[in-house]
Amino acid sequence: MKVVLSHLTKRFPNRNKKIKTEVTAVSDFDIEIPDGKLIGLLGPSGCGKSTILNLISGLEQPSEGRVYFGDEDVTELPPEKRGIGLVFQNYALYPHLTVLQNIMFPLENLKGEEKMSKEAIRAKAVETAKLVQIEDYLDRKPSELSGGQQQRVAIARALVKRPNVLLLDEPLSNLDARLRLQTREEIKRIQKETGVTTIFVTHDQDEAMSISDYIIVMKAGILQQVGRPQDVYDDPCNLFVAKFLGVPPVNVFDGMVRNGRLFIGENDVLGVSGLKDCDVYVGVRPEGYLVEEDGLLKCGLRSVEVQGRDTSIIATNAAAEGGSFRAIVIAEYAPDPKADKVNLNIKPNKVYLFDRDTEERISCSVSR
Amino acid sequence: MLSKNNKKAWLYLLPALILLLLFMVYPLIDVFIYSFEEGYNSASGVFFGYGGYNYSYVLHDPYFLQAVRNTFIIVIITVPLSTAFALLISLGLSSIKKLKELYQTVFFLPYVTNTLAVGLVFMILFRKTAYTDGLVNLLITFFGGETVDFIQGPYWAKMFVMCFYTIWVVLPFKILILTSALASVPQEYYNAAKIDGTSKWRTFTKITLPYISPMILYLVITGFIGAFKAYSDEVALFGTDLNGAGMNTIVGYVYDMLYGNSGGFPSYASAAAIILFAIVLTITVINLMVSGKNTANIG
Repeated sequence: MKVVLSHLTKRFPNRNKKIKTEVTAVSDFDIEIPDGKLIGLLGPSGCGKSTILNLISGLEQPSEGRVYFGDEDVTELPPEKRGIGLVFQNYALYPHLTVLQNIMFPLENLKGEEKMSKEAIRAKAVETAKLVQIEDYLDRKPSELSGGQQQRVAIARALVKRPNVLLLDEPLSNLDARLRLQTREEIKRIQKETGVTTIFVTHDQDEAMSISDYIIVMKAGILQQVGRPQDVYDDPCNLFVAKFLGVPPVNVFDGMVRNGRLFIGENDVLGVSGLKDCDVYVGVRPEGYLVEEDGLLKCGLRSVEVQGRDTSIIATNAAAEGGSFRAIVIAEYAPDPKADKVNLNIKPNKVYLFDRDTEERISCSVSR
Repeated sequence: MLSKNNKKAWLYLLPALILLLLFMVYPLIDVFIYSFEEGYNSASGVFFGYGGYNYSYVLHDPYFLQAVRNTFIIVIITVPLSTAFALLISLGLSSIKKLKELYQTVFFLPYVTNTLAVGLVFMILFRKTAYTDGLVNLLITFFGGETVDFIQGPYWAKMFVMCFYTIWVVLPFKILILTSALASVPQEYYNAAKIDGTSKWRTFTKITLPYISPMILYLVITGFIGAFKAYSDEVALFGTDLNGAGMNTIVGYVYDMLYGNSGGFPSYASAAAIILFAIVLTITVINLMVSGKNTANIG
């Protein structure tokens, strides 16, 4: 089922009761989430991601705006009437119930016409447990399971009612690194198998990029950009999005455009067309450099690091943010680690220009 | 062999251990020995020999049997009722938002009030004298009932006041414990239950109650122990001649045997104390065994 958030705003009273001004957690959030997709809601901590999730689930009421599931306005509906499943960050499994009892719990709540027989409840719970591959642990208590297994139980409990929308709040944050890789594939698989519209919240861009059909990037309660992960990565709409996506992060230089040429510091590095003279921020992806004898960007060389399959160089340049930057280069072209200088050329398709004041992306074409 | 760390641990425990041995273990053993010394004379310090006569005497003493009966009635009535009331009040307290602190303070006040002062108030409320029937009797007559002297009247009336009073006195502590236990239930569970469409009653029985069950168990066990050791509450209501009032408790009997008008019999007192100890121990073990199966294992 598609989910439409129409101009959602959520304000909270200030925690310090003496301050009368309200805190705006979500501001004029307007988006249509397509049916049957896996959507990553991405942003730094405290940017209002979880608030969005709570607004969709109905645990919070928006200050302004409406929430639609399909064509139905669900803004006034309580959570249990919305047909959603929610997986909490710490799973919130009932500690005194077994795995099976936890999964059966939502079905046992059904009343009236929806009421199910004990056998039907059990059968459905077991079926859902099989879907998340937890059927061998049905009689265990949550405390006897690993974090990843608890996660599966939580997903099963959220899915057992066959919700229209599945919401996951930081689903991987409580897992260790290896389990995190496994589990995110698992979430992808479960989503594909059930076809349920799934929205998950994360602050980890790697997580969001790897499994989402679409990502929604937000900052300080404001929607920044929506799109397929690779599209957003390749075509960020502002400096924040460019910096937030990608590991290592994008390099930012102080630059300027003069007579159709782009300068980083003193170095004339690329040609620019369709842009008047102005000062800009230049964003360059770490993989956007070529080490070349006649490279136009003259830098100092601090070190060369080999990390697994990547070779990266730490170069210094007065115009770079923080004075130095990291570039990932092809191993065979890596400079001599003993050298103290390195010349780099920049791949035009890995360069973004941003307005100095608004930090918005400037559209123009860049060439060698 | 003791490791270095182990020695250190014992060293740190030493002050507490010495005090415990001196003031807990030694008197316990002493009381145990006293209880078997027949014909002990507290003035001369001599006795005839060892035997079970003290126990036989105590168990045949009608005052002791009365005390045991009173104690059991108080325990059986007040412990479940006070725990249930405390739970109801705590649930009420945790669901209100306005003036929550004020109400919490009000409910906690009896805890910091002197037992004797509370007893005095109860006497004024319940006593019937030549001059006045007392407030409670006024209410009873207002609703068309017969007046009763709750302090010096029939046994059931005195027992009613006694239980009322005991519940009133133990309630605040239980409310305090239960409100904090209720506050410790993570909000996520309630949110999860809300999303699953769980009814209020089911949320309470399936989530809240199991989560706070260890605390309820704690309150029941300490409640049992406290009620078995009751004495000062009885004095506050009925004065020091509890045998005369027919409202004595086991601890009251022990006191009377030591220092009361009929006192001067430490051997009888010791025997009664050991019997009380055995009763409390048995009840606590039963409690733990019964609840061990039913208490949720949170963790």
